[in-house]
Amino acid sequence: MQNKDIKRLSLILLFAPFTLWIALLILLPHIGMVLLSFREKVAPRVYEYSFANYLEFVNEPIYWNTLLRTGTMSLLVTALALLIGFPIAYYIAKIAGPRSRGGLFLLCLIPLWVSDLIRAFGWILLLRETGVISSFLLWTGLISTPIEFLYNDVAVIIGLVYTVILFMIVPLVSTLDGMDNSMIEAGYNLGGNGFTVLRRIIIPYAMPGIVAGCIVTFMLTAGSYLTPILLGGKNSSWFTEQIYNQFITRFNWEGGAAFGMLLLIFTSFVIWLGLKLSGQTLANTVAKS
Amino acid sequence: MLAKNKTTPFLFGYRLYVLAFFLFLAAPLISAGAFAFNDSLFPALPWQGFTLDWFFGDTEPKLGMFHDRRLLQGLYYSFVIAIFVSILSVFVGTTNAFLFIRGEFPGKNFFYILMVIPLVIPGVILGISILVLASDTANYVEKNLDLELEFLRPGILLVVLGQFSFIATITSLVITARLKKFDATMEEAAFNLGATRARVLRTITLPFLRPAMIAAGIVAFLVSFENFNTTLFLVGSEAPLTITMYDRMAKVGSTPVLNAVSFFLMVGSGLLALLSIAVQRDKQA
Repeated sequence: MQNKDIKRLSLILLFAPFTLWIALLILLPHIGMVLLSFREKVAPRVYEYSFANYLEFVNEPIYWNTLLRTGTMSLLVTALALLIGFPIAYYIAKIAGPRSRGGLFLLCLIPLWVSDLIRAFGWILLLRETGVISSFLLWTGLISTPIEFLYNDVAVIIGLVYTVILFMIVPLVSTLDGMDNSMIEAGYNLGGNGFTVLRRIIIPYAMPGIVAGCIVTFMLTAGSYLTPILLGGKNSSWFTEQIYNQFITRFNWEGGAAFGMLLLIFTSFVIWLGLKLSGQTLANTVAKS
Repeated sequence: MLAKNKTTPFLFGYRLYVLAFFLFLAAPLISAGAFAFNDSLFPALPWQGFTLDWFFGDTEPKLGMFHDRRLLQGLYYSFVIAIFVSILSVFVGTTNAFLFIRGEFPGKNFFYILMVIPLVIPGVILGISILVLASDTANYVEKNLDLELEFLRPGILLVVLGQFSFIATITSLVITARLKKFDATMEEAAFNLGATRARVLRTITLPFLRPAMIAAGIVAFLVSFENFNTTLFLVGSEAPLTITMYDRMAKVGSTPVLNAVSFFLMVGSGLLALLSIAVQRDKQA
């Protein structure tokens, strides 16, 4: 009897920090944001509940164009990160010798420990008109006047892929690592060529890792702020920038909250769709890595 | 293996690709770090010679980072914030690990997903939602009780809470993974030898978890140190380093002192990351 009480008490004690954290810092703030987003200022200090903030989003093409642009660019970045990252992850997990494997994996992680800001700063120094690449091309004589590589979509995409690709590679390496090599050999023995083995055996096996990587990559890209602004310049039109403008520049918290909700709904929808299409769940992908 | 049955040129090309990828990874870091040592007023080519002025110089225009009061202040605030965030996150991460590995309660899967969710919410949204709740609460209290709750206004506490809100998920996952590997017979043996619950926890279970807790603490420290998106909305007058650097970049433009700070941070976090790996590897082997 006493033992049971102790068990119950310790369960309650363990639940306390979890509940405080999730309720006070995640659930309540989001409920507050939903309520705020439905509030409209009708006169100074007088508010009414309405859809005005959402209607403003629908009626102003700049806003939903920005959201769509953020969404498509994020999908593109996710796809590129997968295409570029998969061969690297495969090399680390399956081809590199046991000794170099750990080293390569560590090398992959190094940029992770440097802030977004410094990574973007590094790209600025490389890509700008007076930057390293432009100077180098001038020096070799391939170009005669300096070229500005910065402040365009390509720069934004390069910077974003660079920032998020590690979050793609890490879950991929850990799933591929758990794959038995004999499965691949069996595929070859049964007469499959490299492409068939890749398509029929390796990719299906790696699916949880692929989905986990894609989810994290997509969320990080769509929610990023620094990289698009620093590398894309004034016209980067990233949706987080709109949220910042509403909140800080225009001090329109109601509008900003509505935009925040829209970003959250939009990204959650894309992820839900991705999970449905790939037949995976959040618990066996992101939670595992 | 995929590449074994291929001809050597394929493998050679593959290796070249991997090499190119690592060059891509290194390039911006090298350019951010290397210009800290260039004896020039601008972080750009051509190379003007080696200098340490951007670290130790004490006069304008080459004011080094160790004499730049605002940068040092930012470094200090970042440090304080990161310490608090890691202590909080490791504590909650540990209780969460016990909750989900040892606890039996209905709806466990649901709560587990709830625990993972903060990691997939964009940082900007975590920032604004916490800002909104804190400000609403402060306004409400001020209006109805005539009390000014200064700590709910943007400042260090909100930054700590904002970062903690998603870093706690990371530490929970790391510590949970370790607790999962724990062999329950070790605890049983101790109980059979007459040890109390508290003693078993202190002498057996927690020492087993310690490497994961230290590693999770270091990860939390680093993620906190480099966080920008969540911090941006919650920051008050005590700006941490990333915010100070961003301001400098936006207002003054890039100067080599930012390269010096970058180099300093890269070396610092590199060492911490190696430490966290060493701690984990030692005990797991």
